[in-house]
Amino acid sequence: MKALSLNIKKNLCGSTGPFTLDTAMVIPPGSIAALHGPSGAGKTTLLRIIAGLDAPDNGRVDFDGDIWFDSSLRVNVPPHRRKIGFVFQDYGLFPTMTVEQNITYGMRENRNREWPVFLMETFELAAFRDSRPASLSGGQRQRTALARAIAGKPSLLLLDEPLSAVDGATRASLQDAIKHLGDSFAVTTILVSHDLAEIFRLSDMVFHLGSGRIIEAGSPAAVFRAPRDRLQFTGTVLAVKAEGVVGILTVVIGTEISRIAIPLAEALGYSEGDPVAVSFKAFAPTVTKLAAPALPASGREDPNLQSDWDRCRIS
Amino acid sequence: MKFDLLPLLLTLKLAAVTGTVLFAVSLPLVYWLHFTKSPAATAVRALVNIPFVLPPVVVGFYLLLLLSPAAPVGAFLDHAFRLRLVFTFEGLVVGSVLFNLPFMVNPIIAGLEGLPRSLAEASYTVGKGRMTTFLRVLLPSVRSSMVTGIVMTCAHTIGEFGVVLMIGGKIEGVTKVASIAVYDEVESLNFGAAHAYAAILTGISFALLFVLYYLNKRSPRLW
Repeated sequence: MKALSLNIKKNLCGSTGPFTLDTAMVIPPGSIAALHGPSGAGKTTLLRIIAGLDAPDNGRVDFDGDIWFDSSLRVNVPPHRRKIGFVFQDYGLFPTMTVEQNITYGMRENRNREWPVFLMETFELAAFRDSRPASLSGGQRQRTALARAIAGKPSLLLLDEPLSAVDGATRASLQDAIKHLGDSFAVTTILVSHDLAEIFRLSDMVFHLGSGRIIEAGSPAAVFRAPRDRLQFTGTVLAVKAEGVVGILTVVIGTEISRIAIPLAEALGYSEGDPVAVSFKAFAPTVTKLAAPALPASGREDPNLQSDWDRCRIS
Repeated sequence: MKFDLLPLLLTLKLAAVTGTVLFAVSLPLVYWLHFTKSPAATAVRALVNIPFVLPPVVVGFYLLLLLSPAAPVGAFLDHAFRLRLVFTFEGLVVGSVLFNLPFMVNPIIAGLEGLPRSLAEASYTVGKGRMTTFLRVLLPSVRSSMVTGIVMTCAHTIGEFGVVLMIGGKIEGVTKVASIAVYDEVESLNFGAAHAYAAILTGISFALLFVLYYLNKRSPRLW
């Protein structure tokens, strides 16, 4: 069980100008930590620094006592020596390799022939083992990327918005798969996500980043303290229309479009494309269950398991 | 009309050898250019691309001076390896390789630069170093660029004149390639033979470029 600790600084240039990523954190062994915050806050850069794909200007990153980066000691361990797994936003699947070849390539030692088979079955990829990424759906690509990332039995799993491109049941299924990985293999995991439901479901702790700094850290429930009697949604204004003394805002919230009446003078302060928060008191909201998410296939025990990974099984 | 097949065969042999040697020589150079952060890379890129802007006879002239047994490099090759590169087929190959370097290197470099950064990074994060990443992930992903480089090199070698004339002269069966044969026949007013050589060269060049564009058009199916 291995803990990650880091304390780094890096000057970045965001959409609103330059800012400094100035972050210190300790992630306990075996936990799933979520990085949350607005776009451009430095979440992906932080993940890349941990992976060794970017270097901070100064600071230190160590994992289980191994120094991965230390500016004062001039240590910068290259990514391929950090024993990590990384799932990229765009998957980064190798286009010339099949699903099976992608996963096998991810292994750090090629002796165990049953491990990739085990992963393909666990991630429901066995039927696509000879397919190339171009012919896979988004969910299948995502599962392949996850399977490849853990094929090398990493000590630290880094997931950069891994489920941003999938929706519905696929997303729920993959969330379960990630949860199983965390629970079964006790691998320390860091997840970048904008999805609060996903963060609540998967993570033990969350770091809320803003302009390069940790604004809040703690359990998801502690960081996202929602008002108990108020429902709030975020959306985007599609249209503003005056109707008598009231203004009608047409707002898209998720995939739903709603018309909201507000005082005319207030409505005229909005224009198309404005991001808005829509909140209202709901004393007796109606809750309806939607389609149940599909569960991932249960895993088999790999007969040749040996390490921390190997003493566990996905169930 | 006197028409000899030997210059054509020599041209095809030169194109095949140049393509093969250049492919082998280019891969380490492409690897270095792709990964290096050395400031010297800019100078190396400029040198590689010099044949694009210099008249071929200028490149041939300098090669002739460099490789002549009277020059230090030529003398060293002569004494150390008994290798004489002036007015020999081997010399033509050296000249062709240097002159065609940008036709092989540029498409492969452009292909590599067009790949998503996450491909190489994904390879590093699963424990693979640069060389493994280059050979197993990056190069296979730019297969069509490599085919373009090889075909363009062969096609361009077929049309070479200035470099081969300067460094090889026009020794029958040794260095007299088809493009020089055209020039020779025109000088001798044998327009029929010149036409025959020219038409065959045009046909071969067209066929190579047609195959190249055909393969590129269906490149997704190459994967």
